[in-house]
This record gives sequence, structure tokens and C-alpha cells, in this order.
Amino acid sequence: MYAEQKTHLLKALAKNVRYDGRKPLEYREITVEYGISGSAEGSARVKLGGTEVIAGVKMEISKPYPDSPDKGNMMVNAELLPLSNPEFESGPPGEQATELARVVDRAIRESKCIDVHKLVITLGEKVWGINIDICTINDEGNLLDASSLAVLAALKNARLPKLNENSEIQYDVPLTDQKLPLSREPVEVTVIKVGDHFFVDPLSEEEKLIEARLTVAITEKGTICAMQKGGAEPLSSEDIDKMIEIAQKLAPTLRKAL
Amino acid sequence: MTYDKRFDGRKIDELRPMSAKVGIIPRADGSAMFQIGKTVALCAVYGPRDLHPKFMQNPETGILRVNYNMMPFSGHGERVRPGGGRRSKEISMVMENALLPVLDLKEYPNAVVDIFVELPQTDAGTRCAAITAAAMALADAGLEMKDMVCAVAAGRVEDKIVVDLNYLEDSHEDGADVPVAVLPNSGKITLLQMDGEVTKEQMNEIIEKAKEACKKIYEVQKAALKEKFAKR
Repeated sequence: MYAEQKTHLLKALAKNVRYDGRKPLEYREITVEYGISGSAEGSARVKLGGTEVIAGVKMEISKPYPDSPDKGNMMVNAELLPLSNPEFESGPPGEQATELARVVDRAIRESKCIDVHKLVITLGEKVWGINIDICTINDEGNLLDASSLAVLAALKNARLPKLNENSEIQYDVPLTDQKLPLSREPVEVTVIKVGDHFFVDPLSEEEKLIEARLTVAITEKGTICAMQKGGAEPLSSEDIDKMIEIAQKLAPTLRKAL
Repeated sequence: MTYDKRFDGRKIDELRPMSAKVGIIPRADGSAMFQIGKTVALCAVYGPRDLHPKFMQNPETGILRVNYNMMPFSGHGERVRPGGGRRSKEISMVMENALLPVLDLKEYPNAVVDIFVELPQTDAGTRCAAITAAAMALADAGLEMKDMVCAVAAGRVEDKIVVDLNYLEDSHEDGADVPVAVLPNSGKITLLQMDGEVTKEQMNEIIEKAKEACKKIYEVQKAALKEKFAKR
């Protein structure tokens, strides 16, 4: 069945169209909503066509790592909820969820998007910890790019909670209006290769036919801050050059939706 | 102590503002959102579909499986560790018992109907919101149902019997919390839990108040289903 679908996809791509009528390098409609969870310190919902992902930020007071007493902590976790796709199962995160979380985490971390030095409360003792959770609501393809955008949006939406005199979080009072120290805007663009063709923002049906993919995190300056190759087929240097160029060209489209 | 004015100013038998929508998750066979106050439940139904592992299959009937989960950032206070614990396991189980009486899965031997409930934000009453959303999602999935299922918590705060407790009321020292699920047409009760302390008379009043409140929830459920299906 895959062979037939692939022939069909390749034929369509040769004519510069997709299953849903889009051009190969065209994203579906992107919408971002902020503050969708009143329980979180920051949250956002991203829709990429039919795909829907939400991200929430929970702040905590934690101990800095011994090798970085002057830095706050940050962690990205992803839950591919069985509610969002009949193929997802309950249970601890599998390979796909773990990869997604780590690739999104890398873009935020390596771009130095969050100024972690500003998250110190008491040097070497108390720092802010930022826990970011991605939850998938409806998976119609390209969870990765949607999640990366949702995480950035949730971070932008976050406000610090109030601390008491012992530097403990006070949960029964409103948040302060202090935002997180964010200085960069990395977004991730996943470029797909099937045959000799490149395209972005795959539908679930198209994801099943992927030969190789390259996720590229692009900063607002156009530089690259994280990458991840996926898929079973190898890529040539020329392929990679082309795929990065596509990612650089399309990153502003995603960022514009913020 | 007398509880003269509710923390959020509601009348003692007044529910928080509600909203509901069905068909919110296109990948699912049925889905629904139910919001009551700041508590939001999202629900997806998948099935009847093949049940794996095979040893769990029942050749006599299809089975119902519920998975209740709070999103990690949805709690009051600290992050909830993902993966669920004793609490979500128990809630999933009582939800199965609350919903199963309206279904007849005998036509689907060896199959499973999976219900997944996720809560993005919460302010008490989550299991009741989850049941209310799940009943709508089952209807949206086109499964034959003998009745609807509506749920709400009622309880006591100091000297008053109130319905739809919020977090402040639910966690109040002097009181009781009674989640109830009602089949609106038969009046039967399919979920009943309780913590706190009340007299038998108070308990009767609590259940009656919960039943009354469920009528209002039923109207919201019907309106949401009509909104999707009446257009066709």
C-alpha cells in the first residue's frame, strides 16, 4: 500500500502540488493562542491546519546543578497523548515523544533563548526552574514544528509567580507581571525528502512515506541553533545545503504567527 | 460557623458558567470539550476497535476503557508529574463504572471503546467534568446510548449545602465533597464518592441538589450536540 501511495505522492510532487493542494514549500494555516491554561504560568495553543498542540510552562524553585551555580534550569517534556492519534498509546514517552522533546529543548537551550543567568535567586542555592510540557491534542502531521512554536509562544506568555520571604512560590495569589528573560526566537522547520523532492509541513499520510527529514532550528538572525536528521535514507551535502536554505526561508513565516 | 457568602459570590445552588462543544478532535471517532468555571475537560473516544493485548479481549462483549489524565501544568500549585498515579487510576476506574451503564457493547465482542480525558486547567470538579465531557464524546462517536450521563460535585461548606464546589470550597477544612453522576432520564446514580463529614440528612439533601444541578448540565450537553448535529 505504501508503494502505491508513494508513487502517487511522487507524481504529485513532480507537478508541484500536494494531497491537500498546497505547494511543496507551503505551510498550512498557522494560528497561535496565548494563555489557554489558567493553571500554568504560561501557555499557548498552536494550530497548524488540523494539527493542534498545547504547551504549558510551570515554574519551580530548584537547586542549580553543581557545575552551573549561576544558572537557572530548563526542561522540555512531550506527551504524545493517545487522545490525539489512534496510534498513540498510554504509558511512558516512547521514542517519538522523547525525540520531539529533546529536539525542541535543543533549539531553546542552544539559541540561549532564555537568559538562564537571570534566573538565579540565591547564587549556588536557589534558582528558577522552567518546566515546559508539550501536549498533543490532534495529530494531523508535523507535531515537531507545531510543538517548537507552541513552546516559544508559551515561554513568551509566561509570568513569574510571587515568592514569599523564604523564596517559596505563593500559589494562592495572582502572578506578577514579570516576564521570563527571553532574548532569542528560535523556530524549527522540518524539511522532508522523498525521492528527489523536498517539502515541508507534512500531513500524517505524508509522514508515513518520509525517506529522510531534517529539522533545522533557525534563530531570528537566520543562524542555525539545532538540527536533527531523521528517516532511514541518507542525505548528501547538497541535500543538506538545500534543506537548510528552505528552513531559513520559511522560519520567518512561523515566527510571524507569534 | 455559617457560610453566608460563597467565595466566588455564587448562590448556594448555582453552577459556575459552563460551555461545551463536540467534535473538537477530528482524529477521534468522537470528542468533546466541557468547561465549568476554570475546569476544562477534553475528551476523545476511539472505537469500538480491536483490543490488544489479546488476552484482555472478551468474546461476550466489547469493553470500556477510560484513561483520565491531568496535564502536567494543569494543577493548582506545583507541576503534576506525567504518567498518572493512584489518583488518576482510581478516577479512571470509577469513570468506567459511571459511563458503562448507558452503553451496550454486546454487539462488539473482543473490541474496546477507549475514552481519553485530558485536563488542561483545573479548579476542582475534574472527575465530574470528565464524565460530562465523556458522555458527549460517546454520543458524538455515534455509539448507541440508553441515557446521557451528567456529573457534578455537591457538598457541604460549613453549614450550607452547595453545588459545584470550586477549589477553595473543595479544600475547605469544615465541609464535604460528594461527586455524583446522574443518568438524567432515569434519575439513577452511577458515580458516588464522598470525603468529609456530613449527617445522613445532609447527604440526602446533597444528592438531591446534585440531581437538580445535573438537569442544567444535561441542557448544556444537549445544546452542544444539537449545535453539531442539527445543522446536518
